[in-house]
Amino acid sequence: MTTPEVTHELVPTARERVHLGIGDQVSRLGWPSASLLFAALVVIPVLFLATSLLRPNAEVWRQQWDTRLPGQIVSTLVLLVGVSLGTVLLGSGLAWLLSAYTFPGARLFGWLLIAPLAMPSYVLGFVTVSVVGFTGPIQGWWRNQFGADAWFPDTESMGGAIAVFTLVLYPYVYLLARAALRDQAHGAYDVARSLGAGPIEAARRIVLPLLRPALAAGAGVVMMETLTDFATVQYFGVDTVSVGVFRIWRGTFDRDAASEIATLVLAFALMIIGLERVLRGRARYGTAAGADAGFAPQRLRGSRAAIATTVCLAVLTLSFLAPVAQLVWWATSEAVGPRGTPLFSRFLGYLQHSLLLAGVTAIVCTAIAVVVTNASRFGQPRITRLAARLTAVGYAVPGPVVAIGVLLMLVAVDGLLGHLGTGLPGVIATGSFLGLAYAYVVRFLAPGLNATEAGLGQVSEEVTISARSLGARPMEIVRSVHLPLSRTSIVTALVLVAVDALKELPIVLLLRPFGFDTLSVWTYLLASESRYEQAALPALAIIVVALVPVGLLSRQLRMSSAPEGPAEAATIGTWGGRTDEFV
Amino acid sequence: MSLRRVVILGAMALGSFLLASCGGDADAEVVVYTGRHYDLEAAFTQFAEETGISVAFLPGTDVELRERIAAEGEETQADVFLTVDAGNLAIAADEGLFAPLDSPLLDEAVPANFRDPDSLWFGLTLRARTIIYNSDVLTLDQVPTTYEELADPIWDGRLCLRNSSNVYTQSLVASMIAHHGESEALRIVSGWADDAEILANDTLIIDSIAAGLCDVGIANHYYLARSYEQDPNLPVALVWANQDPATPNGRGTHVNISGGGVTRYADNPDLAQQLLEWLATDGQHALVDPNHEYPINSTVAPESLIADRFGVGFLQDDLDAATFGRLNPDAVRLMDQAGYE
Repeated sequence: MTTPEVTHELVPTARERVHLGIGDQVSRLGWPSASLLFAALVVIPVLFLATSLLRPNAEVWRQQWDTRLPGQIVSTLVLLVGVSLGTVLLGSGLAWLLSAYTFPGARLFGWLLIAPLAMPSYVLGFVTVSVVGFTGPIQGWWRNQFGADAWFPDTESMGGAIAVFTLVLYPYVYLLARAALRDQAHGAYDVARSLGAGPIEAARRIVLPLLRPALAAGAGVVMMETLTDFATVQYFGVDTVSVGVFRIWRGTFDRDAASEIATLVLAFALMIIGLERVLRGRARYGTAAGADAGFAPQRLRGSRAAIATTVCLAVLTLSFLAPVAQLVWWATSEAVGPRGTPLFSRFLGYLQHSLLLAGVTAIVCTAIAVVVTNASRFGQPRITRLAARLTAVGYAVPGPVVAIGVLLMLVAVDGLLGHLGTGLPGVIATGSFLGLAYAYVVRFLAPGLNATEAGLGQVSEEVTISARSLGARPMEIVRSVHLPLSRTSIVTALVLVAVDALKELPIVLLLRPFGFDTLSVWTYLLASESRYEQAALPALAIIVVALVPVGLLSRQLRMSSAPEGPAEAATIGTWGGRTDEFV
Repeated sequence: MSLRRVVILGAMALGSFLLASCGGDADAEVVVYTGRHYDLEAAFTQFAEETGISVAFLPGTDVELRERIAAEGEETQADVFLTVDAGNLAIAADEGLFAPLDSPLLDEAVPANFRDPDSLWFGLTLRARTIIYNSDVLTLDQVPTTYEELADPIWDGRLCLRNSSNVYTQSLVASMIAHHGESEALRIVSGWADDAEILANDTLIIDSIAAGLCDVGIANHYYLARSYEQDPNLPVALVWANQDPATPNGRGTHVNISGGGVTRYADNPDLAQQLLEWLATDGQHALVDPNHEYPINSTVAPESLIADRFGVGFLQDDLDAATFGRLNPDAVRLMDQAGYE
């Protein structure tokens, strides 16, 4: 996200002059209204739920406050802090290791390390609990070796939950940190080094501040994912506020009470958004003419190289290779077992549905994100920034809450049209693909928006201003300058949304059209009855499908990551060159 | 990969899907929303073969399907709503989702305490929630025989229970409230909470008892039957709880149901009723056997694994499913008070 205050002080006159340009009136109205429209689309279903707060049920609050709520708030805080610390340390550490050094396997790890993006946290959750938990083979072996009372860390605990979330979510931080290191930090680091700073001092004083926006954005995404999870935490017996919402909804059948407690989840989410803004800081760092020369990664040798390789391999094994191996084992033993794989014939259908839903969601979300992001460059900044923030609200709302909100809204629209004498045909209102995709877009706009904002944030505002002062209209600038310059971030947006949508569960459970079962639905339904062996096949399928967009992303990384030599400079040079063509 | 190509491909995919989903009108078939997921397909196939009526079904979680039927209102596609747990059935009835049925066949097949007093829903399968124990560690005379005994501090650290978010736990506690009243139930449940290791699911409870984390626990009987399928020599055994009618707590083992009803706005109420009737009679084996549940229909014999290992003639708590179903919200609040996770 840009903070135009700073820029404004830097180039007030330039900006004012630009505002006199041709077509400016159109853009001043068009961009903000587009971004406000999208914000409204997101906010309205959430508002439908928030109406429950207008008549708060004091008894529910008091009862919850006297019993579980304080504990839930504490566990939520501990979990959020633990997971964000874990992911920031692991993600930025790995990003630095792979950007600043080269060692055996470094290029491979550079893109393999984002593979856990394809792993749903609830899948790693149930695999971990059944393998590393008390009843799993590892602790069984341990007790055989060291006696029945031998100490072993408690897996079904807060620590276990933090570890699983960290392993699954660190790629968000890793990706953003690598992008920031690649696009921004290298030149500054080299300059600092050539001016006599040691590597640690240069990293601390130059790289870390430059990385801060990326780390804050990454940690923001990670915290949102953790906050709205309700499936994984339950495997570990961690009682968060989101779990509380479900418990009230399912146990006391009281949707209103549940949505009231859900506003607490919203409060946490707003806190995260605020925290992220603060951590990103007001400063922004754009390079005036695109990217400059890359890092020259230092070659590690001997034991240091071995340690680096081992660390990467260990992370990859724990977060991806080992659980996948376990799933393959389960799926195979199920397939050759007496029962065979149940419903095997339907998997193609599940696969198609998952693909379609993820694809549509990713494209729509990214398109909207690009419009909203660019609006902040051309529209009235106060309005467009507000719109951007509102648009991100959906991500902060737990999936089922979004789903119910969309359901209520569509039913209301249906009723309204009914009064006007038309009415939506049949069950378009509920249980249609349109309603489902709409809810997905509401829920997943934020990750797309985060990525496109980060991307455009790297295109200096001066570039935009220059283009406009040369007479380019906003649409032209978007098409010819902003989009090419932030192409990486657009692919990132597509991928993040697609992968999130593939893994999404509660919304598709509630809103899917008849017969529209997806892989995540079947994984969840099977795993929720502890049929892990049978859940293994659909879980594997999610992972394999999600690896496709993740692979796209890694190709992007490989294309632009350091291949130790002039080829890299050439790639970067092209980007720089392209910038020059327009400016 | 060019962005434009992705967008075009996506638009084409969406378009073809929307076209496809607008196509043809289906033949007369029963549409079932079901919170019960397993072994249904085989039963429905058999129903189609025997009656010529095909069945389409939408699996999901109970609460989501209930919300969906409620929101769909008159437009709902569902003819039948099947779900596990009496609480779910009771709340669906309270929300007016079911139509009352006039079916002598169902009244005959389903005992009165396992169906709605107004014939809105009917139980179709029985699941007993009872005490299980490690048979290598405990001798038969050491095994606790009532739910109430588990609150005794001698089980501190030796008891494995399922979390309070689970509907089976909630129903069991609701039945305790019905029998003992709020304050006594709170005392017992607090005792459990003090003693127990709380786990996420029944299979985990069984495995934890086998591995020695706990000596005793409470689980649905069919989970143990499933574990026996994997390992017939598992050192975990079941004891029917609260069996001695001579004692104050000898009311019988808590039994829950899975069941269903015909939706209020069903398009095919007659076919829907026919399906329920079939499931309660000729279809009992197809519905009940694969998941090792007990038939609701007393004229149908349970499948051999549970008949051999658990027996058939145990004393059941005859508390109305509708009663403990309606006490479910109280059970949740009581467990909150008891500090039961």
